[in-house]
Amino acid sequence: MKLTLALAQISTRLGDVRANLEKHLVLANEARQSGADLILFPELSLTGYVLQDLAATVAVSSKFDTQLFDPLREVSRYLDLVVGFVEEDRRRRFYIASAYLSKGEVVFVHRKVYLPTYGLFDEGRFFASGNSIRAFETRFGRVGMLICEDFWHISPPYLLWLDGAELFLFSSASPGRGISTDSRLASSTWVTEVNRAYARLFTTFVAHANRVGFEDGLNFWGGSTVFDPDGGLLIQAPDFDENLALCELDLNQIRRTRARLPLLRDEKPELLLQELGRILHER
Amino acid sequence: MNVDLTLNTDLARKILIRFIRTEIHRAGFLRAVVNLSGGLDSAVVCFLAAEALGPENVLALRLPYQTSSPDSLEHAQMVIEQTGVRARTISITEMAEPLIALEPEMSPVRKGNILARLRMIVAYDQSEAFGGLVVGTGNKTEILLGYTTLYGDSACALNPLGDLYKTQVRQLARAIGVPDVIIAKPPSADLWVGQTDEGELGFTYQEVDQVLYLLVDQRYRPEECVQAGFSESFVRAVLERVRRNQFKRILPPVAKLSNRTVGYDFLYLRDWGT
Repeated sequence: MKLTLALAQISTRLGDVRANLEKHLVLANEARQSGADLILFPELSLTGYVLQDLAATVAVSSKFDTQLFDPLREVSRYLDLVVGFVEEDRRRRFYIASAYLSKGEVVFVHRKVYLPTYGLFDEGRFFASGNSIRAFETRFGRVGMLICEDFWHISPPYLLWLDGAELFLFSSASPGRGISTDSRLASSTWVTEVNRAYARLFTTFVAHANRVGFEDGLNFWGGSTVFDPDGGLLIQAPDFDENLALCELDLNQIRRTRARLPLLRDEKPELLLQELGRILHER
Repeated sequence: MNVDLTLNTDLARKILIRFIRTEIHRAGFLRAVVNLSGGLDSAVVCFLAAEALGPENVLALRLPYQTSSPDSLEHAQMVIEQTGVRARTISITEMAEPLIALEPEMSPVRKGNILARLRMIVAYDQSEAFGGLVVGTGNKTEILLGYTTLYGDSACALNPLGDLYKTQVRQLARAIGVPDVIIAKPPSADLWVGQTDEGELGFTYQEVDQVLYLLVDQRYRPEECVQAGFSESFVRAVLERVRRNQFKRILPPVAKLSNRTVGYDFLYLRDWGT
């Protein structure tokens, strides 16, 4: 099976959900006309990233019964979408979340588990962290979604792998940092190399949509990528500039790679569980 | 230990040009004003702003005082001609003299602060007339050391060079075509005759940038800097200078009384809503 994936490497307006929604609809239509089956937007694509006290203002209820999600649901009749937003649950907790929409429905929501609260980051001050990591079924097979810091930790991609995800959809609003003699920022190199490593280690497709633009002095570096299950780079959007990058994924590649390299077959989660139990007990 | 501060100037330029363009546009402006001193930092900013916004959208101000070095005017002129930006020259002597004349015993530092603040007044006034934002020229070294006049040369709407050490600004200057004579001359605020940054600070940028890089960027403890080969007195002096000047790097603290207070728990970026 073939999947044409669009990476929407966009800049956003900080706290202006209406303007960002408009951009989503324009790009989703453009992607659809170019033959895309699925469009992946970056982290907090509907709201902007450094929200601080805007978090409560831009939040959307977990029922998704708002005017905001109606047009997104409508577009999802024609192509699947992953969008980033702030979700508010019944207990008035705010989450950084990604929604997968398809055939007019919100199919799955991932709440960001790891909230960086160090250095330039302050997410833990404003957001609650998600408490589950699960793969889910789509019309393209089993998919796993993670948001930025989630995949700076190795366990969330590992769990998605064991849960059967064959396509990882990662989204970020990654601030660029670490200038040196290299042609890319240290943060760009780190994320790109780690995504390639996940593709290889887990023999999955790994797609990453990162935003661009600035918020005050923070730059977002873009450089969105798709790696195939062998770690081959299928597409890389340019650093720093907006881009709608389309890429065809041959999903049969997973079967071929895993026939050659049965890492998932040979993985020993029971051993992991046993040793984790021991480590947690001894600690 | 030789600390390598070399940077990829193409990458720095790419980011800084986008920064200037984006942050000026989203504030609702198309234009910028730069106080062009004839020195390195403002020359680099003028080149970057011209590339980001188009030279016709940049106004370079030459604001000489009677004791200013003639070289300053001439070097600024070279930058104006090379970048093609708009320019205006306004003498601040006539503004400064009545205030300075009130106190014949005024110290050079006081005079220097007056000149720096007058230049700020002229830049902000011109920015209103020109319909642009004031782009600052402060680098990371001077911000950390507090080698700047509060509400004077440090005043600006955005600061593209504030995360580059002076020695890195020099690299960037070479890469973007700033005239050699500006890159080669000793850095000076030119607030009084014979003033140089390195003479006043008591150390060279080459030295202090390395120590600052270790202390700030690499999070070295002072004793680790000493182990890396820097003298303890130098390291302590730099650290103390950084600490003492923290007030120049933050907004004045508001005395908290209510539940929600600007600066503590009223938190929005400047780009809020844009």
